[in-house]
Amino acid sequence: MDIFEKLKAKIVEKIDCDPSKVTRDTSLIGLGIDSLDTVEMIMDLEEELGVELEFDEAVTTVDDLVKFIEKRLKEKENA
Amino acid sequence: MSFRIVSTGSYVPERILNNEELSHMVETNDEWITQRVGIKERHISVDEPTSELGYKAAQRALDAAGVTADQIDMIICASITAEYKSPNVACMIQKKLGATCPAMDINCACSAFVFALETAAGYFARGKVNRMLVVGAERLSATVDWTHRSTCVIFGDGAGAVLLEKGDNYLSSRLHSYGDNDIIRIPNYGGDSPFYKGPIEKPVINMNGQETFKFAVKSICKDIADVAADAGIKVEDISWVVPHQANSRIIDFAKKKLPIPGDRFYLNIERYGNTSSASIPIALDELNRKGCFKRGELLALCAFGGGLSSAACIIRW
Repeated sequence: MDIFEKLKAKIVEKIDCDPSKVTRDTSLIGLGIDSLDTVEMIMDLEEELGVELEFDEAVTTVDDLVKFIEKRLKEKENA
Repeated sequence: MSFRIVSTGSYVPERILNNEELSHMVETNDEWITQRVGIKERHISVDEPTSELGYKAAQRALDAAGVTADQIDMIICASITAEYKSPNVACMIQKKLGATCPAMDINCACSAFVFALETAAGYFARGKVNRMLVVGAERLSATVDWTHRSTCVIFGDGAGAVLLEKGDNYLSSRLHSYGDNDIIRIPNYGGDSPFYKGPIEKPVINMNGQETFKFAVKSICKDIADVAADAGIKVEDISWVVPHQANSRIIDFAKKKLPIPGDRFYLNIERYGNTSSASIPIALDELNRKGCFKRGELLALCAFGGGLSSAACIIRW
């Protein structure tokens, strides 16, 4: 499962932008995504993936968020 | 036997604080506040303590029903911003109304109005009362850190009240508490005991916005589905959802997740900010006075906040 692609699709849907604008290094705030938008996307992903992802980290770029979600998913797998 | 809502009342202080004025007090602007929480202005008390706001809302509810203070059997007030630790806000409202019935407060932060209705339902069920006043009254401007830009823009002052009489219109309810002081807390004044060496925090609202958002959306969706099922109705049968007005983004996201048309969710946070336990009765009074409710319509009230706590109920109008 490619979390980056899933997240990218969510971002494109949320802010209705050209997919090429969303790279791993893109700043979330730069895209107009604020911290509540981030929580909304995480909650949607939780529903899709059927897991709880406790969100307690500051994230700046798309990659930060991808890494956070991957880390949480790995923790769940190992639990 | 439970109750029916006979009349409603609300009161907010005259002084309006808009986003423009706030932008001169802390580093913020109208666009940020509007986009982030959906608030344009809030009412701020300049000389009225919490019980004065509650008293005025309660008096309006009594006047609307033509009921006098001596005809009330009990007053319950939901509040976290009482002007005194003792007497409680309900006692001060009782004094100002000239009532003589028992009066008590319920502290469940933003969920407290629904907790208070549930408590009231118990008194009706046991046949102890014929008529009750349930009030939500808050002066949150007293507990806000006015230098903290992400919380001071959210809250406002105000009060709402409902007059209840015996009836069968309180159809179902769910109350939840999840003891937690990390996500939302408002410390009390620590005192100046020469013996106490423990921690003392500044008595202002501390809130983790992202966690609160998540908790709120999940609570609204789950609690409304549960109370609808308990009442034997479909979620789609609900005519009005009157949610605690915490943040328009919370309500907007919950709307997307529930199979109820968006225009049935009442939103007035733009003009009042988050008034905690007062937000639902203020919204009820606005809707009622605008003539929005038709007899027999089903209302879902839902609230969430510090505790953590959440609550919802179904009421037939």
